[in-house]
Amino acid sequence: MAPFHFLMRHLSNRELSSWFFLAPVILIHMLVVAIPSISSLALCFTDWNGFGKINFVGFDNFIELFDDRVFKKAIIHNLIWTALFLTIPIVFALMAAFLLTGIRRFQMFYRFVFFFPYILASIVNCLIWKYLFHPIHGLTSFFNSIGWESLATSPLTTKETSLYAVAFVDGWHFWGFLVVIYITAMYQVDEDLYEAADIEGASKWQKFKYVTFPSIRPMFLFSFLIIIIWSVPAFDYVYILTSGGPAYSSEVVANFMYFEAFRNMNVGYASAVGALMFIYVFFVLGFFWSLRKLGWEI
Amino acid sequence: MAVYSKKTKAAIGNHVILMLLALIIILPVLVLLFNSIKPDEEFGVNPLGFPQTVRLMNYYDAFVAGNYAKIMVNSILLVAGTLAVCLTFSSLAAFSLAVLNPNGKSTIMIGIYLLVGLSIPAQLFILPLFIIWKNLHLNNTYVGLIIIYSALNAPFAVFLIRSYMIQLPKELFEAAIVEGASTIQLFTRVALPLSWPVFLTTGLVVSLAVWNEFLFAVTFIHNEEFKPISSILYSFQNRRDENYALISAASVMMAAPLAVLFILFQRNFIAGLTSGGTKG
Repeated sequence: MAPFHFLMRHLSNRELSSWFFLAPVILIHMLVVAIPSISSLALCFTDWNGFGKINFVGFDNFIELFDDRVFKKAIIHNLIWTALFLTIPIVFALMAAFLLTGIRRFQMFYRFVFFFPYILASIVNCLIWKYLFHPIHGLTSFFNSIGWESLATSPLTTKETSLYAVAFVDGWHFWGFLVVIYITAMYQVDEDLYEAADIEGASKWQKFKYVTFPSIRPMFLFSFLIIIIWSVPAFDYVYILTSGGPAYSSEVVANFMYFEAFRNMNVGYASAVGALMFIYVFFVLGFFWSLRKLGWEI
Repeated sequence: MAVYSKKTKAAIGNHVILMLLALIIILPVLVLLFNSIKPDEEFGVNPLGFPQTVRLMNYYDAFVAGNYAKIMVNSILLVAGTLAVCLTFSSLAAFSLAVLNPNGKSTIMIGIYLLVGLSIPAQLFILPLFIIWKNLHLNNTYVGLIIIYSALNAPFAVFLIRSYMIQLPKELFEAAIVEGASTIQLFTRVALPLSWPVFLTTGLVVSLAVWNEFLFAVTFIHNEEFKPISSILYSFQNRRDENYALISAASVMMAAPLAVLFILFQRNFIAGLTSGGTKG
């Protein structure tokens, strides 16, 4: 302790001593995030397999990627995923938050229930729905027992529905988060505006459209941004529920990258996928940032 | 009177829709709870309902035979280790950014660095990190995973703690300096004791993130002995002989500690999770 104390005493320069306190966080963050990220951005121009010789191959990985049928499928699925999350959970969350502001009783109960799946582990949420959507057990077994055989299908193992079923489970877990941030914003809306709307004889929908929604627009745009960004690395639910199957019908970019990286050890190829994800996220951030510069309230 | 009844009617309408939405959440969770106390042979005839015979032994089986006692300890060690490292490092950094040099160049640079860090998808760095960890012999160790979790949660923790410390009255620090306190003492005697509420919030959110974390747990720990509960449940689910009674009981055991914490500290959880926007 003594030499440390001595050092601190003599760090009279504020700037210097402030760096001293910052050092531990910066060091571990650089080790875990910055250095590997930069390595990845370098390795995406190589054909490294993790242990052999590293050969520079230029843009070959990217050329190969855009020729890869599975990767193209994964990108389309990520776009569908983003579009789904930008619509269905947002609509339900806006509705639930708006309805919640209209009631007093049981409000905390509903808030608790809606938010609850958000604190559950992805593995637990997946177990719940893997069972319910199981080809033999769960809802299939239930529908068969009451004679509704037409409903007794397994959405996770059917090619046409697997992506939507996975997105449903992730959305089921996620939408309560939106409810909570929307309701927080809605409570900051000026009460006088609602009273004025009441005097004008506004309907519920009109109040939502002309008072609530314009007031929570910054929070709404924030939720838009985080959904777009969080949809890029969406992994847990796909990997656990379907691993991208059947026949790549629920493959997404993060899962594709994971298998290239840890099953096939294609370091260069997988790094190229990571680099593209990174570029996309920063393109989105830059887009929102320039909207803000243009005077949009974000 | 007319206004009152109109309002009541509207409230009932609200409750009907909200209740339907709530049931979509509650019913699947109930099925999990029922399954956790259902005998394995009953799954064929009673897939969703309350068990005809309640079998609490599922929990005993999972805890003892399924070795979940040990697995829970693994997860608890990871959470405790990450809390110790992450909160210590983050509070030092937050103190620096909020108290030592609130308007300095370092604050802006670190702010930008951590924000960029938060937005990088894990897929960009997980593979080189895996190779670095392999060479440092940190794969398959708690220390390796604790360092990763601490680093990943640090940006959020720094922001949250800083936003609290920056509101502390400047006079307290000035008075301590007049009394001859060193910089370290300013941190340990003034900043830390006054900031405990934000440590509760940050600690809860970090614990939640670590307890539930899946991607890094599955990637970095392959030794069954060291696996935390999330990756053990994954390997259990993927076995051919699906024993739903046992897996359900184990899942409930995984969820229960967090559910209790969430009931006790709902406000802190929600404030913490919605302020930083961490991925859950």
